[in-house]
Amino acid sequence: MVEVNKLSPRDFKSDQEVRWCAGCGDHAVLSSVHRTMAEIGYPKEKYVVISGIGCSSRFPYYMNTYAFHTIHGRAIPIASGVKVSNPDLSVWVVTGDGDALAIGGNHFIHGARRNIDLNVILLNNQIYGLTKGQYSPTSKFGQVTKTSPYGTFEQPFRPIELVIGAQGKFFARSIDNNIQLTKDILIEAEKHKGFSLVEILQNCVIYNDKTFGAITDKEHKQDRQLILKHGEPMIFGKNQDKGIVLDGMSLKVVKLGENGITEKDLLVHDAHQANPIIHLLLGDMNYPDYPVALGVIRSVDAPVYEESLLEQIEKVKSSSPIKNFKELLYSGNTWEV
Amino acid sequence: MTEKKDTVKELNEVVIRFSGDSGDGMQLTGTLFSDTSALLGNDLATFPDYPAEIRAPQGTVGGVSGFQVHFGHSPVNTPGDYADVLVAMNPAALKANVKWVKRGGTIIIDIDSFTEKNLARAGCVKDPLNQLGFRDFNIIQAPITTLTREALKGLNMDTKSILRSKNMFALGMVYWLFHRPLEFTEKFLENKFKKIPIVIEANKIVLKAGYYYAETIEALHPSFNVAPAKIEKGFYRNINGNTATAWGLIAAAEKSKLPLFLGSYPITPASEILQELSKRRDLGVKTFQAEDEIAGISTAIGASFAGNLAVTTTSGPGLSLKTEAIGLAIITELPLVIVNVQRGGPSTGLPTKTEQSDLMQALFGRHGESPLVVLAASTPSNCFNFAFEAAKIALEHMLPVILLTDGFLANGSEPWKIPDVDKLPEITPPIVKEGTEDFQPYRRLDKSMVRGWAIPGTKGLEHRIGGLEKMAVTGAVSYVPENHQVMVNERQEKVDRVVDAIPNLEVMGDEEGDLLMIGWGGTFGHLYTAYRELKNEGYNPSFVHFNYINPLPKNTHEILKKFKKLLVFELNMGQFANYLRMKFQDLEFSQFNKVQGLPFTVVELKEKIISEIGGK
Ligand code: SF4
Repeated sequence: MVEVNKLSPRDFKSDQEVRWCAGCGDHAVLSSVHRTMAEIGYPKEKYVVISGIGCSSRFPYYMNTYAFHTIHGRAIPIASGVKVSNPDLSVWVVTGDGDALAIGGNHFIHGARRNIDLNVILLNNQIYGLTKGQYSPTSKFGQVTKTSPYGTFEQPFRPIELVIGAQGKFFARSIDNNIQLTKDILIEAEKHKGFSLVEILQNCVIYNDKTFGAITDKEHKQDRQLILKHGEPMIFGKNQDKGIVLDGMSLKVVKLGENGITEKDLLVHDAHQANPIIHLLLGDMNYPDYPVALGVIRSVDAPVYEESLLEQIEKVKSSSPIKNFKELLYSGNTWEV
Repeated sequence: MTEKKDTVKELNEVVIRFSGDSGDGMQLTGTLFSDTSALLGNDLATFPDYPAEIRAPQGTVGGVSGFQVHFGHSPVNTPGDYADVLVAMNPAALKANVKWVKRGGTIIIDIDSFTEKNLARAGCVKDPLNQLGFRDFNIIQAPITTLTREALKGLNMDTKSILRSKNMFALGMVYWLFHRPLEFTEKFLENKFKKIPIVIEANKIVLKAGYYYAETIEALHPSFNVAPAKIEKGFYRNINGNTATAWGLIAAAEKSKLPLFLGSYPITPASEILQELSKRRDLGVKTFQAEDEIAGISTAIGASFAGNLAVTTTSGPGLSLKTEAIGLAIITELPLVIVNVQRGGPSTGLPTKTEQSDLMQALFGRHGESPLVVLAASTPSNCFNFAFEAAKIALEHMLPVILLTDGFLANGSEPWKIPDVDKLPEITPPIVKEGTEDFQPYRRLDKSMVRGWAIPGTKGLEHRIGGLEKMAVTGAVSYVPENHQVMVNERQEKVDRVVDAIPNLEVMGDEEGDLLMIGWGGTFGHLYTAYRELKNEGYNPSFVHFNYINPLPKNTHEILKKFKKLLVFELNMGQFANYLRMKFQDLEFSQFNKVQGLPFTVVELKEKIISEIGGK
C-alpha cells in the first residue's frame, strides 16, 4: 500500500450526522479512528470498516471509506471474507460486547484462532445500549439491569481470556476518553499482521454510566491505570512510585523504595513473548486489587491465514498439471465416442 | 436363465446392484463396471447407496454399502428401479437388497460368507436362501472367498490383503456375464497401485479367476450383451451432481473473470462441493471452511462485497441457519450463490437420503419481504449448467440466487459430454469503473434494475452499505415510510425481471391434451423415463419439467392452461403444487407425492399416470 498525499482526520468523516447519545464514549473512539487512519496514511479506498449490530456498530456510517453495517454478531466472518478475498485491503471491525461475545462469540474465538489480518475494535460498555439496557456477557456479577432487576448471577467474560484461549496473538486495551492512547494502539494493531483485538473500555452514559468510573476518574486514574510499553518496566501511580512484580504464580503491586524494592525488581513488559501466561495475568488485573492494564498487552508474530492461503495457492498452481478449467474438464478418466 | 450353453442374448438395458460390507470395496467395483460400460458406448446412470451408519459393525445391515448401475443400448435416465443382477457379498447385503431385485433376476452371493455367525450378525433366519422366497430368483452360490484364496495361493500375501481382492472376483464374474473386456480395469489397477506391484498382480489374477469361473458354471449361461447406445459424438467423462456443481461455479468464475470464493461448513450431502473446490487451489479457488453455517454465508457475503464470485453451499438445516444472512444479501443487493443440496427433513431427518422438501424454505423462508431467484438442477450433469446459470444471474442482476439440488443428484452420476468452454455464455457483472462520476450505490442502471458493483479498493467510489433500509438511489439509511415501499417494490421488481433473462418452458409431447405431467428438479430422470415408456406403449401424456422456479418462465401459464388435468409430481407433500396454485389461481392442480427419502420408481409413476388417463 503506497502512501499518498497526506490525508487529515477530517477526510475520513462521512457526511452522515452522528447519532450517538451526547456524552457517549463512542464519539471519542470515532475521533481516534479518524486520526489513526489519517496517520497510517493509506488512501481512503483501501480501508474497509465492518460492523455488526449495536450502538458501536453504527460506526461504518460515520466513515468516509468503504464500509458495511452487517447483521448481529457476524461482523468478524463478513470481514474475514473481505480480507481473505482481497488481502490488499485494510480491514477493520467495530463491534461491542454483545455483538462480539454473545451472539458472535463463536465467530470471535474462531477469528482469533485463524489469525486473519483484521483489526477488531471491541467497544466494551458492559451493557446492551441499543436495546436500552439489558445485561451483556461482560456485565459485572450482580449488576442490576432491565433484565436482571435483582442482579445478574452470570460470570462475565474477560475478552483477553477468550483471545488467549483461542490462540490469539494480539491484544490491546484502551479507554474511550484517552484518544491519544487509543490512536497509538490502533496504529500498532494495524502494523501487527494477524487478528488484532483492541478492547476499549467505553462508557455508556445512558444505561451504564461510570461503570469504569473508578478507573477513569481524573483524581485517581494514574494510580489505577498501568499503561504498558514493550521493553519498559511496569511503573504507575501519580508519583510514578508503584510497580508490578511477579510473586510466585501471580502479580503483586509494590511500592518503589519500600522493603528495598527498586526499579530493577519490577517486571519489564515483553509483549512479544509467545508464552501468554504473563499477558493473561496482566490482562486480568482489576481495580481495586490492581491497576487496570492498558496499552498493547500481547503482540506475537504467527502465520497469517490469508498469506498462508495465497502461498498454498501459488505452490499448488506451480505443481499441478491443471492450469485452467478446460484442463480440469479433461483430467482423469475421459473417453471419446 | 436355463437356456442352451454358449448363446449370447442381446438386451436393451440392464440394472446391476453391487452390495457388500462397507469394507468390501463395492463403490469401486461398481465404478469400474460403469466405466467399462461407458467406454463400450452404453448410456448409463449410477447411484451409490452408502451405509446409513458410518461405524456400523461389520456384517450388519446398517453397514451395507451398495452401488447401482443402469446401462443400456437405449437411453438411460435413471439408475433403475429394480436390479436384474444383485451381487451380495454377505448375508446382510442380501437381506438389505433383495427387495430391489426383479422377479426372475440373478443373485450372485459369496456362499462362503453365509456362516452362522454372519447370518446372526445380519439378523437373518437360519436358511435365508430358501426361506425368504428366494426361489423366484436365479441364485448363484459362488464360493468367492475360497476361490480368491485359492487363486492367490502362489503369492506371498497376508489373509487380510487376500480377502480385500474378493470384490475383483465378483466383478470378473459380472464382466463375463455381460461380455465386458477386462483391459480397462486392468489398466486402472496398474495406475492405481503403481507403487505396490503385488496388489496389481493379485487383483488381476482374482479378476480373471472370477471371469473364468463364470464361464465354467452352467448356472450363469447364457451370457448377455448390451449393445452401445446412440450417443452424440464427442469426449465424455463421468460426473456426479456435486462435482458438476463445483465445476459449474469454477466455469462461471473463469467466464466472469472473477476470483471464486466459497464459504461453507461441512454437511451431508453437500460436503463434496466444498471438498472438490478445496482441491482446486490450482485454479486459484479460495475455500473457507467456516466455524458454522452462518459464518459460511457471512464470509461469502464479505467476499461478494469485496468483488468475488461468492458462494455458500449447504443442505436443509444449514439453509435454515443462513436465512438471516440471506436477508442481508437481499437488502444490500450483493451477488451470492447459495447451493442447497436437499435431504430428508425436518431437523436432522434423513441426512443421506433425498427429498424435495426445502422448496418453500428456499422461496419464502425469510423474514420481511425478501424475494430472491430460485433455480433447480434436474440431472447430475446439468448441476453444472445450473450452477453456472445461478452464478450468471447472481452476478449480472446483483442478487442472491438459491440453487436447489438434492441427495439423489449430488451422489448420482452419469456420462457427461464435456462441454466446449469457449461456447459458454459470457458473464458481465455491472462493476463500476474508477472515475465514474456521480456514483450512487443504489441507482438502477438499466431495465434489469441492477445496481452498480463498486468494489472496495476502487478510488473515489467509497460508500457504505448495510442491513438498514436504504434511501433509493443514494443508499443512505432511511426510515421514510414511502421510501421503504419504494425499495420493497424495487427489490421485488428486480427479481421479477429476471424472467427476461431465462428461457421459456418447453413441453414434451402434444401442446394440449388430457394430462400434463409436471415436475421440477431432481425427479426429471424418473419422470422422463415414465413419460417416454408410456409414449412407447401408446399412451399420450405430455410433460413439462421446471428448472426455473422463481421467477417461473414467462410462458408457464400459457402452457398449463391447455391441459385438462395438471398432475404435479414431487418428493414432498406438494410444495410446488401449492406454489403453482398460488401463482395461477384459475388453474386446478392434482398432485402425486412421496416422502420416503427415496426417488420415485418409474413403475409407480407409470401406474399413477395410467390410472389418471384411463385407457390408451
Ligand atoms: S445508549 Fe449508551 S452506548 Fe448507546 S449511544 Fe447512548 S451512550 Fe452510547
